[in-house]
Amino acid sequence: MYRYTENDQKIIEERVAQFRGQTARYLAGELANEEFLPLRLQNGLYIQRLAPMLRIAVPYGLLNSTQFRKLAHIARHYDKGYCHFTTRQNIQFNWPQLEEVPDILAELAQVQMHAVQTSGNCIRNITSDQYAGVAGDEIEDPRPWCEILRQWSTFHPEFAYLPRKFKIAVSGSESDRAAILVHDIGLQLVRNEVGELGFKVLVGGGLGRTPVIGSVIREFLPWQHILGYLEAIVRVYNRYGNRENKYKARIKILVRAWTPEVFAEKVEKEWAHIVDGPCTLTQEEVDRVKHHFTLPAYETLDAANADAALSAQGADNKAFAKWLERNTLPHRVAGYSIVNLSLKPTGVAPGDVTDVQLETIADLADRYSFGEIRATHNQNLVLADVKKSELFELWQQAKVAGFATPNIGTLTDLICCPGGDFCSLANAKSIPVAEAIQRRFDDMDYVYDLGDLTLNISGCMNACGHHHVGNIGILGVDKKGAEFYQVQLGGSADNSATLGNVLGPSFGQEEIPDIIGKILDVYVVNRQGDELFIDTYRRIGLNPFKESVYAKDH
Amino acid sequence: MPKIINKDQIVEDKWTVLPKNFSGEPPAGTLLIVPLKFWLEHKDTIRLPVLGVWIDSDEDVEAIGEDANLFPLIAVNFPSFTDGRGFSIGRLLRERYEFTGQLRAIGSPTRDQLFYLKRCGFDAFDLKEGADLEAALASLNDFSITYQNAADQPDPLFRRKE
Repeated sequence: MYRYTENDQKIIEERVAQFRGQTARYLAGELANEEFLPLRLQNGLYIQRLAPMLRIAVPYGLLNSTQFRKLAHIARHYDKGYCHFTTRQNIQFNWPQLEEVPDILAELAQVQMHAVQTSGNCIRNITSDQYAGVAGDEIEDPRPWCEILRQWSTFHPEFAYLPRKFKIAVSGSESDRAAILVHDIGLQLVRNEVGELGFKVLVGGGLGRTPVIGSVIREFLPWQHILGYLEAIVRVYNRYGNRENKYKARIKILVRAWTPEVFAEKVEKEWAHIVDGPCTLTQEEVDRVKHHFTLPAYETLDAANADAALSAQGADNKAFAKWLERNTLPHRVAGYSIVNLSLKPTGVAPGDVTDVQLETIADLADRYSFGEIRATHNQNLVLADVKKSELFELWQQAKVAGFATPNIGTLTDLICCPGGDFCSLANAKSIPVAEAIQRRFDDMDYVYDLGDLTLNISGCMNACGHHHVGNIGILGVDKKGAEFYQVQLGGSADNSATLGNVLGPSFGQEEIPDIIGKILDVYVVNRQGDELFIDTYRRIGLNPFKESVYAKDH
Repeated sequence: MPKIINKDQIVEDKWTVLPKNFSGEPPAGTLLIVPLKFWLEHKDTIRLPVLGVWIDSDEDVEAIGEDANLFPLIAVNFPSFTDGRGFSIGRLLRERYEFTGQLRAIGSPTRDQLFYLKRCGFDAFDLKEGADLEAALASLNDFSITYQNAADQPDPLFRRKE
C-alpha cells in the first residue's frame, strides 16, 4: 500500500498543527462558532447528539495492521473502547473530547492517517473497490489512481468551499463494487479499442433526498488528463452550483437542471483552457505511485491440493463449509482466497468494532494476509490474500473473535447508519431495527436459501445507509414527532444500478420484522428456480408485494 | 485609515469601495474600486488607470476577461466566507487572464482562508473589522508544501524539482 514520502508526512503534520491552533482559538473564544464549523468539519469533527463524532479517512478503504493497533489505542484512550466502520469505508469515533481531537490527529499522523476532508463542503475521501488488486475481473488496479486523486484533492485551494459535499468513486473492474453510479463523480477505468487506458466519466449520481443515477459525460478520457478534467468539472460546479438552498446544492441538481449534455459541454469548454496544462499526469508519477501497490510476495502453491483439503474440512464441518461459501471469494492467484470478516453478528451495531477486536484483526492480518486489511462499503472488513491452506485456522480464530458470522451478502449482512442513537440529523433510530431484523431471521438455512440480498437502513433521507440502492431499503421518517419507517423495494448498487420504489405508507418500528417477513414470503412464492430477490422483483414488480403487505387481515 | 494585509504586510488602505448598486457621479479625489456593473456601463467614458474594479461572487469573471490588466487592482467579494466562488474567480484572473495587479479579497474572507486565497492568486486581504491582522499573517503560511499547481505555483508537486 502507499507509504508517505517526507512531503506527504510534512503536509499532514502541518495540518495537525493548523487545526491545533484553530481549536485553541475556538476554545479561547477567539474564533466564532460559525467560523470554526467548516474548519472542524474539514477535519472530520461533527458535534453530535451526545458528543462530538470524529470521522477518520481511510483512503479507498485500505489499512494496515499498524494502523489498526493505533486505532485500538485511540478507541481505548480517547473514546469508549470502540469505533464504527461507515458505508464510505471510513471510521468514526463517537465519544472523543473536542479538546483532545488535535492529539488524536497527531497520533493518527504517526501512522500515516488523518481526518482530512471527511466532512464539509469539499472533495471527500475517494472510495473504491474493496477487492482492488485481487479481483478476477479487474481491468486495472484502481488504487494508484485513487491515491493520485487523494493527493490532488487534499487541500485543493480552489475547492474547499464548494456548494455542498463532493464524493468521487473509482472502479477498476467489470462489475462495479464502488457504486460509481451514485456518486457526484464516478470513474470507471476502461481500455479503448487500441488498448490504451483511460476513464469513463460519470457525473451527477447520488442518494440523499433526491436520489439520481449518474450520467456518462465522457466515454473515454486518456489517463493523462484525469486531474485537469476533474478540475474542469469541479470548477464548473463551484461556479454554478446552487448556493441558496442546501437541498438543491449537490452537483446532481445542476446536471439535471442543465441536462447532462449541456453540463458536459460546459465541462469540455472549461477543460479546453487547461488541457495539456501542468496537471497533466506524467508516466513517471504514475509509475512512482504504482510502485507502492506492487503484489505481495505470493508463494507458488498447489491449488488442487489446497482445494482438496478444503473440501475434506468442509465435509467434516458444515459450519466451516457455510463460511467458505458465504465469506470467502476466489482470488486471482492460485492457492489464495479473499476473506470477508463479518462485522454483522446479531446484537452488535453493524460496523462496530471494539479496541480488543481491532488488535485481534491486526494480528490476523499479520499472520494470514501480509498485514493489510480493507474496509468495505458494506461495513465489513476484508483480508484479501489468505492462503487456502490456512483458511480453516483463520476461521477458527475469527469465530472466537466474533467475525465469522457466515452472512456476507445475505439478508442479515445489512447496511445501517448510526441513526437516531447517535446522529443529530436522523429522524429515527436504525440500529434497533437492524437488530430486530437479525433476530427475526436467525434461521441461517432460511437466510442462505434466500441467497444474495441487500437490506439497507437509513435513519433519515440523507441516506448514509444507502437505502435507495438496497434490494430492500428502509428509511426512518418523522411523523408528528414519532419514528416511522418507509420501505422501498428494488434498489441495487451494481452495474445496473436502480433506485428502489416506495412500497406504501410507513410502519412502526415493531412492525418492521413482520413486514420484511411478508415481503420475503412473496419472493419465495414467486421465485423461479434460484432466482435472486432483485430479479424476481424486476420480473413481477411492486404490486404483488404491496398487495400482500397491505392486505386486510380476515 | 483602515488596515489591510497586502503582500504579507499590514498596511494602511487608501482605496474606497463603491457599493454594488452605485450610480451617478463617482466621488473625486480618492482611489476608487467601482462595482463591475458600473464599469461595464461606463467603461467607454471612465478614466483609467487609477481605478479599481470589484466583482461579486455571482458575476461572471469573463466580463472582465482580457481587460483585467487595465486595472491596477481587482477586488473579489466574498459575501459570506462559505461562498467559495471567489476562489475560482481569483485563479481565472491570474492564470487565464494573466492579471498582474493587486488581487484583493473583500467581504468576509477569514484568517483561516488566507492560505487557500493566497494559492488562488490573492495578495491583498481586507479582513473583517477588528480582526487581529498581526496574528492572521501567520496563517498565510499554514503549509510549506502543496500538492497542486495553482496561481502561486505553476507546477504540481509531482513536476517540481527537489
